[in-house]
Amino acid sequence: MGEYKVVGIRNFSVYIPFYRLGRGEIAQAWGRKPLSGEKAVANHDEDSITMAVAAGMDCLTGMDAQSIDGLYFASTTFPYKEKQSAALIAAALGLGSEIFTADFSSSLRAGMSAMRSAVDAIKAGSAKNVMVCVADMRTGYPNGGSEMDFGDGAASFILSNDKVVAAIEGNHTVADEINDVWRSDKDTFVQSWEDRFVREKGYLRLLTEAVWGILKKYDMAPKDFSKAVFYAPNPRLLNTVSRKLGFDNNGQVQDSLYDALGNTGTALVPMLLSVALEQAVAGDRILFASYGDGCEAYILKVTNQINRYRRGDRVRSQLVSRKSINYQKYLRWREIIPVEPPARPPLDRPSAVALWRDSKGGLGLYGVKCLECGAIQYPAQRVCIRCHTKEKFVPYRFADKKGTLTTFSHDNLAATTDPPVTVAVVDFDEGGRIMCDMTDKDPEKVEVGMPVEMTFRKIRFSGSIYDYWWKCRPMRTGNPLK
Amino acid sequence: MESIKDRVAIIGMGCTKFGENWDMSPADMIVDAAYEAFEDAGIEPKDVQAAWLGTYMSGLSGQTLAKPLKLSYIPITRVENMCATGSDALRNAAYAVAAGVYDIALALGVEKLKDNGFSGLPDTELVQGLNFSENTYRSRTFTAPGHFAMMATAYFNTYGLTPEEGKRTLGMIEVKNHHNGSLHPKAHFQQEITLDTVINAPIIAWPLGLYDCCGVSDGAAAAIVTRKELARDFRSDPVDIKALQIAVGPQEGYISAEYDWTYVEETLRAGQMAYQEAGIKNPRQEISIAEVHDCFSITEMVTYEDLQFSPRGRAKDDIEAGFFNLDGALPVNTDGGLKCFGHPIGASGLRMMYEIYKQLQEKAGPRQIKNPTLGLTHNLGGTPGSATTSVLIVGN
Repeated sequence: MGEYKVVGIRNFSVYIPFYRLGRGEIAQAWGRKPLSGEKAVANHDEDSITMAVAAGMDCLTGMDAQSIDGLYFASTTFPYKEKQSAALIAAALGLGSEIFTADFSSSLRAGMSAMRSAVDAIKAGSAKNVMVCVADMRTGYPNGGSEMDFGDGAASFILSNDKVVAAIEGNHTVADEINDVWRSDKDTFVQSWEDRFVREKGYLRLLTEAVWGILKKYDMAPKDFSKAVFYAPNPRLLNTVSRKLGFDNNGQVQDSLYDALGNTGTALVPMLLSVALEQAVAGDRILFASYGDGCEAYILKVTNQINRYRRGDRVRSQLVSRKSINYQKYLRWREIIPVEPPARPPLDRPSAVALWRDSKGGLGLYGVKCLECGAIQYPAQRVCIRCHTKEKFVPYRFADKKGTLTTFSHDNLAATTDPPVTVAVVDFDEGGRIMCDMTDKDPEKVEVGMPVEMTFRKIRFSGSIYDYWWKCRPMRTGNPLK
Repeated sequence: MESIKDRVAIIGMGCTKFGENWDMSPADMIVDAAYEAFEDAGIEPKDVQAAWLGTYMSGLSGQTLAKPLKLSYIPITRVENMCATGSDALRNAAYAVAAGVYDIALALGVEKLKDNGFSGLPDTELVQGLNFSENTYRSRTFTAPGHFAMMATAYFNTYGLTPEEGKRTLGMIEVKNHHNGSLHPKAHFQQEITLDTVINAPIIAWPLGLYDCCGVSDGAAAAIVTRKELARDFRSDPVDIKALQIAVGPQEGYISAEYDWTYVEETLRAGQMAYQEAGIKNPRQEISIAEVHDCFSITEMVTYEDLQFSPRGRAKDDIEAGFFNLDGALPVNTDGGLKCFGHPIGASGLRMMYEIYKQLQEKAGPRQIKNPTLGLTHNLGGTPGSATTSVLIVGN
C-alpha cells in the first residue's frame, strides 16, 4: 500500500452539457408509457473532444498549463477513427507541445485505464502531472432502451505526486472477453445481447469479482469506506450490485444521477467520482469501480488538500444550469433523421494547411498583447491595431478570460443544425474583442451587457474534416476553487 | 495633394432593369447598359479609349467586358472592392481621364446573382477571408443580415430605443424606399408597402425582418467620362465630378473594443474626405439629394448620421419628420435604393450615380426633386467594423 501513497488525484472536474432531454419526451414520441427523469444531451456543436476540453479547462483552474507533462483522453466516441484526439485537446487547452499524449478507447473502462497509465507513469518518474480527460456521447437505437439510458458528459482529473486531494491506496483489475455491450466498426448505435445475460454474466459477475478482489487484496470491508462509486447502467442494477456487495444504499453508495444525467458511458464513473470528491472531507476513504470488458477498482483516501475546493458546488451548479429540448431537436442534432438542408451553398472543404498554420490562434485561442501600447488583440497581428508598431508582441490566451456581450443578433439565415445562430461581439474584462457565435443560450434571455465565457466547439464538418473553434456562452458556473 | 473637383464630367449613362433577370446573362446586361450609355453620350463603342469593369463575382479580368462589347484591344481593368466596386470603377476611369492619358473612358458595373440558386451572397472562403480571422476556416457563421443586425441591437441599446420603437423607425425608412421604388420602371420591387407589413414580416436576423433587407438582384450600369473642358462638346448638361473618395478600414472594429457598433467609421471618414474635396461645409444644407447604401434599413439610418445629415443619435427625429422623403429637404434613395431598386453588387454604385445624374438633368419623371445642385452616392462594402466605403459627389 505504501508505494501508492504519494500519487493521487490533484484536481478534478465534471462537465455536464447545458441541454436535457426528458425520457417522457422520448416515450411520448413513440407512444409509450411515460417515464421519469431526463438525460444530459450534448449540443449540436459538441462532441467528445469539445466536452473533454470543457472538463479539462475547469480542471486546470489555478494551475499552470505548462506544468502538465501528459494528456490521456478516453472515450468510445471519437470524432476521428484515425487521428489522435488527445493532441487536439492538448492544443485547445494550451498545454505545452513537448508532452506525451494518447487516446484510450473501445471500452467503457477506458477512463480508468488512462488513469492507471497516468499513475504508473508518475510512479515510474517519467511524469509529474498527467491530465486525464474522459468524455462520451453514445447513441442508442431510436425507440430502444439504450436511447432512454444514454446521456452525454465528461470529467477530467490531474494525477500527480503533489498536492493530491485523494491519494490512491490501491487498485485491482479483472480483464474479460465478452459480447455483452458493443459497437462494431459498422455500427452507429450500441448493440447488446439479451439483457438477462448482460446482467448476470456480464455486469453483476465482473463487478462483484473485482470489488471482492480489491477488498481481499487490501484486507478491507465495506464498512471501511465512506463512499462507494460503481458503474451502473441503471439505478436498479446499482441497487442489486450494492446489496450483493454489502454496501449501504442509503448514502454510502454514490447515486448514479441516472434521473438527471443518464448513463454517460466511459465518463460515468469519472463523473460520479468527481461528485463524490466534491462532497468528501479529509480522511474519507472512497472505493470506486468501473466496468467494461472486465472491471477496474480503486481505493482512494481523501487528504486535507480537498479544502482547496468549494464543497458540493460544481456539479449542482451545472445541473441547475440547463435547458430542455424536444425529441425532434435531438434527432436532428444527432443527424438520425435527414432534414431539408439550408438554402445556402455547400461549405468548402477546409484547408488542412490553413488549419495547421493557425493551430495556436484557432485551437488555443491565442491572440497577442502589444508590448509597446499594451493593446490586447485577436487574432494575432503582425502590426499593432492601435499603435501600428511592427512585431512587438507576446502571445495572449483568451480562452480562460471572461467578457461581456457588447452586441448580438439572432440570425435565422445562417446555415446551422440549430437555428438561429446568435452572432456576438464579446469584449473581455482584461481587454480585447472577439466576434464569435454564442452557444448554449436561451435566445429570449440574451441581452447586451450580459457576462459571457468562452467554450470550445465544433464549427463545421466538411470534406471529412471536423473544424473546431471557440464560441461564447452565457456565464454558467463560477470558480471551482475557494 | 490636388483635388478631382471640376476636372471630370459624366457625359453618358445607362442602366438595365434590375431584378430577377432570369433570361439575361452578365454579357446581355453589359450590352444593354453600355449601349444605353453610348447612345446617351452620343458616342460609338470604338470611341472608348480605356475601360474599368466593376464586378464582385460575375467574371474575371477585363475580358468580361471586351467580349460582349467587342472592344478592340484597349486597356480594360477589372475592379473589385466589395459593394463599392461600381463606384471604384468610376473613380478609376475618372482619374485616368483627369490625368490626360485618355479623353473618353467607360466605367461599367455588372452582377449576376440570381444564377446562384439561393438568396444572399455565397459564403466562399474568399468572402470569409476578407472578413474574418487569419484562418478563414475557423470563424463564426457568416451572414450579412446577422452582422448588420448587430449594429441595430447596439444602436437601439445605446440610444434607448425599445425594439418596438427601433423597428418602427427602421420601418419608416423602408416605407419611403418602397414608395420611391414604385415610381421607377427599372426598379426590382415596385410596390408600396405599409409600416405594419415591415414590422410584422418574418425575422431574418433579429431585430431585422424581411423588409429591412435589400433585394438580391441582377443588373448592370455604366458611365462615360471625359475631361470637363471636353464635356460640352458631347452634351449641354454634363454632370461634373466634385469628389471621389474611398475609405478602407483595417478591421479595427472587429479587434478593438473602442468601436461601439452604432456607426460606421469608414463612412464617417469617406464623407469627411469627400466634403473637404468638394468644399462642402454643411452637408445637411448643401447636399440636394443622396443615394446611400441601404443594404439594410439600419445601414441607411446610421449613414444619415455618419454623413452628417442628422446629428448623432437623432436620425429618428428626421425620419419621423419626413426629412429624407421625396418631398423632404434632403431626399434619399429617390429611386428606391438597394432595398427596392435592387443590389447587384458590382452595379450598385453606378446605378446610384445613374439616378443622381438623371435628377441633376431634371429627367427623373415622377421622382424629380426641385432644383438639385449637388448629389451624393455612398457605398458600404463589408460589415460594420470592417468596411470598404465610397462617397462620391457630383453637381451641375
